[in-house]
Amino acid sequence: MKQLHELTIAEVHEGYRKGDFTCVDLVRHFLNRIEKYNPKLNIFLALNDQALIQAVAVDREIAEKGITRDLLGIPMAIKDNFLTLGLSTTASSNILKGYLPQYESTTTRRLLEAGAIFLGKTNLDSFAHGSSTETSDFGPTLNPWNTKRLPGGSSGGSAAAISAQLATAALGSETAGSIRQPAAWCGVTGFKPSYGRASRYGVIAMASSTDSPGPLARTIVDTALITNVISGKDPLDATTSPKEVENYPQFLGKKDLSGVKIGLVKEYLLPTMREDVKQLILDAADRLRSLGATVTEVSLMDPKYAIGTYAVISRSEISSNLARFDGIRFGHSREAFCPESKRRILLGTYTLSAGYYDAYYKKAEAVRTKMIDQFTKIFKTYDALIGAVSPGPALPVGATKGQPMFGEMEDVLLEQSSVAGLTGASVPCGFVDDLPIGLQITCDQFQEKKALMITDCYQRNTSYNLFPDLEKTS
Amino acid sequence: MKTTPIIGLEVHVELETKSKMFCGCPANHFGKKPNTQTCPVCLGLPGALPVPNNKAIESCIKIGLALNCSVNRLSKFDRKQYFYPDLTKGYQISQYDQPFCSDGSVLLDSGKKIGIERVHLEEDTGKLQHTELNGERVTLIDFNRGGVPLVEIVSRPDMESSAEAKEYLKKIHEIIRVLGVSNADMEKGQMRLEPTINLNIGGKYTPIVEIKNINSFNYASQAIEYEIKRQVEEFEKTGVEKSTTNKTTRGYDPIKKVTFLQRAKEEAKDYRYFPEPDIPPFIIEEDLVEKLRLEIPLLPEQAIENLVSLGVEKKDAKILISNQNRVAIERLKSLADDPEVNLKKMASLIVNGKLSTTGDVKAEYLSLTKVGTTDRGELEKVIREIMASNPALVDQYRQGKVNLAGFFVGQAMKATHGSANPQTLTKLITELL
Repeated sequence: MKQLHELTIAEVHEGYRKGDFTCVDLVRHFLNRIEKYNPKLNIFLALNDQALIQAVAVDREIAEKGITRDLLGIPMAIKDNFLTLGLSTTASSNILKGYLPQYESTTTRRLLEAGAIFLGKTNLDSFAHGSSTETSDFGPTLNPWNTKRLPGGSSGGSAAAISAQLATAALGSETAGSIRQPAAWCGVTGFKPSYGRASRYGVIAMASSTDSPGPLARTIVDTALITNVISGKDPLDATTSPKEVENYPQFLGKKDLSGVKIGLVKEYLLPTMREDVKQLILDAADRLRSLGATVTEVSLMDPKYAIGTYAVISRSEISSNLARFDGIRFGHSREAFCPESKRRILLGTYTLSAGYYDAYYKKAEAVRTKMIDQFTKIFKTYDALIGAVSPGPALPVGATKGQPMFGEMEDVLLEQSSVAGLTGASVPCGFVDDLPIGLQITCDQFQEKKALMITDCYQRNTSYNLFPDLEKTS
Repeated sequence: MKTTPIIGLEVHVELETKSKMFCGCPANHFGKKPNTQTCPVCLGLPGALPVPNNKAIESCIKIGLALNCSVNRLSKFDRKQYFYPDLTKGYQISQYDQPFCSDGSVLLDSGKKIGIERVHLEEDTGKLQHTELNGERVTLIDFNRGGVPLVEIVSRPDMESSAEAKEYLKKIHEIIRVLGVSNADMEKGQMRLEPTINLNIGGKYTPIVEIKNINSFNYASQAIEYEIKRQVEEFEKTGVEKSTTNKTTRGYDPIKKVTFLQRAKEEAKDYRYFPEPDIPPFIIEEDLVEKLRLEIPLLPEQAIENLVSLGVEKKDAKILISNQNRVAIERLKSLADDPEVNLKKMASLIVNGKLSTTGDVKAEYLSLTKVGTTDRGELEKVIREIMASNPALVDQYRQGKVNLAGFFVGQAMKATHGSANPQTLTKLITELL
C-alpha cells in the first residue's frame, strides 16, 4: 500500500472518503517528514503554524458535507514569493526578512478557497533571480535525488518539496523556466499556464510581462486540478485574460494521441547537448508516435536570440520592480540586496537609460514580437512542440559561482516560450547519471487543455514518474 | 532691441473621480486623516498591481476634446522612474509617447490660438509634511493623495505675456469646471501651475526657466513678469544664451514677489520611461469618443456665443457663464422667443443684480420694465406698420376673429424689443383695429 506522502490529490480524497486517514493524519505526517528532512534539504523557509488547526476544520467539513471543494484538505507547499496573509513572505531576500504580508495573493486565496492547506513557504532564488535556488539569501535548496546537486530554480524549493514528498502539491511561478526547469531537475511534473491565465496579484514581481503562477505536483492530473483552481480573470490584475477557463481535468485520460501533430524542435537539441540526453528526447518522440501522434522536426529561431531578448526585457522590468525596496520601508536597507539582484538592477537601469533604450529595450521588444509571430505561424500546423527542458541534468552545487548568465544558459530552451506567453509542461522522460531529465510539451497561448491532455497521455504511458528514497540520498 | 517672451504652461488637475487612478480607495483626500485612504496598491506594497480607472480615462479624454485635441486611437501607460519619498513604487505611472489626447488649442479673446501639445493622465504622489515631533524636525508622509488621478495639460510655448498666460489659465480653469471633472480648486491644490519662460531678445534666446508648483493665477502672472525682467537683466549682464544643459528650475516667493533658484544646471533628467507592463495598452474606439463628445456640456466659448446670438450683450454673457449662473442662463434661453421680453435688457438686469432669478423671472421683469414706452405716437407708428404688412389678418379681425389681437401685440412687442408698455399697447391696438 502507498504511504501517505506518495498519494496524488485524487488518492488523498479517496482516503478521506473511505476514512482510511484524516486530514490531521496527513498534515501531521508531512510536518513530521519536513521536520526530519528539511534541515538537510533546506526546502521550507517558514512553516504555517495554523496547518493542524486548519486540518481539524477540514475533517469536520468532510464529516458534515463530504468533499465538495476541489482541493479540500490538500497539503501544499507555496513558493515564498506569493504573499500569504500573516505568513512570512521574503522572496528569499534579506531585504524582506521578517516581512508579514497585509493581504493574500489572488492565487493563494483561490487555493485556500478551494480548501488547500498551506504547510509552509518554499525557498527560491532571491526575488526569483536565478535558475538554481543557489542565489537565495537563505542558502541553496539541495536536490532530493542527490544533495550534491542543485534543484534548479527559481521554484527550486517547490520542486524539491514534491520530489522529497514533503507536500502533496506545490505552487511555483515562472518567468522563464522557473517552474519547468526545477521540475525537470527534481524529476517532478510542472505546469506553466499561459501569461495572463493565473493572476499575478500578490506575487512579488520579477519580470511583470512574463511572470506566470503555476503548479508543481506528483502527476500532470494534479497540476490540471490546481491550474483549474488558480486560472481566470482577476479584477485586481489587468493583464489576466477574460477567456473562459475550460474545465481542464475533464479532458484528461485520452486513450491515444491520434490526430495530434507534434513538432520536435531541431534547435532544442543543442549541438552541445549530451548524447544520452538527446536520446531521451528522441525516445520520447518515438513514444508519442507510438501513441498515435505525428511527430516531425520543426525549426525555430535560434535559441541564442531568446537569451538576449529575455535578459534585456527581464532586467529592465526588474530594475523598475525592485525600486520600491528603497530602504525607507520594509525594514532593511538596499545593502541587503544580494549580488545577483544588484547586477540585474544595474543592467536593467542601463538598458532603460536615455540613449540606450532604443538599442536594447526597444530592440528586445521587436524580437519578442517576431517570436510571437513565429509561434502563431507554427501553431497553425502543430498542436504542440517538444524538446528538452534543460540542456542536461541537475548541475552540482556551486555551479552558479562566477556565472552571471547561469539562468539564461540553463533556461535557453524555455525562454522563447516564456517571452511569448505560451503554456507548457515539464514531465519526467528518463534518467542520466541517476538524475532525472524533463521533456517539455509546449502549446500556444491559452491552449492549456491541449498541453495537459498530451502530457497526461504521455505520462500514463511511461514510467519515469519516480521519487527518490531520501534515506539513501546522499 | 525687440524682446519677446516665450511662455508655455504645464497645468496639473486632480480629477474628482470616486476612486483613485489604479485602486478602489476614495480619491477625495482633502482634510482626511493622514494615511486612512490607502491600500496595497497605492502604498506600493510588494505584489500589488494597478488596475486603471475607466472613469478617469473618460474624464481625461473629455478634457482633451474640450481643448480641441485629437484623441489617440492607441494609448498606453508608462513608468516614469525617479526616487522621492512620496513616491511609493520608485516610479510614477504616467504617459510618455502615447498620451490619450494631443494637438489641441485654446482661443484667447484676441483671437490668438494657444496650442495644446498634449493632455495625459497620471497618478498623484503622496504629500510630505515637514514638521516637528517631540522636539525633532521630521518629515511625515501622507499617502491619501498618492494615486489620485491627475491630468496634465501641456501647452505649446505660444504665450508672449503674463496677461496671455493668465487668460489661458482662466480659460482652462473654466473648461475643467464646466466639464464637471474637477472643481479645480486652487486652494486645495486641485490645480497646479508650472510656467516655462525664456525670451527672444533680437533673435537670441535666453536660457529656459521652469517655475514649479504655483497655486494661483495672480502668482503665476507675477512670477512670469518678474522672470521676464530678471532674464532681461541677466542677459544684458552675461549674454548667456539657451543651451541643452542650462535649463533651470525656480520657485516663486509670493511675499517677496521674486523667483528663486531651486536647481541649477540641471542635466537633462532621465526618467527611464518604459511601457507599464502591468496595464495592457488601450485602443480608444471612435464610438467611445463620440459618446464622450456628446456628454460634454456647453463650453464657455460656445455658451457665450449662444447667448450673444439670442441678443445678450457679450460682456453680460461672459459674466453669466463665468459665474456658472445656470438658472439665469436657462431662464434667458426659455424666454428667448417671448415677445414681451427684451433679452438684452433682462440679462443686463440679472448681471447687475436688479433682477433675481429665484422667483417668476418674467413677471418680475415685466413689473421692472412696465414703465416702458407709453408714447402713443411712437407706438401707433409701429402698429400701423404691422397692420399694413398683414392686411389679411386685419380683415379677419374686423370680421370677428378678435383673438388675433394677441398676434398684433406680440409683433409690436417684438418690434419694440419689449420696451412697449403692455397696457398702453393693447389699448392702442384695439382702438386702431
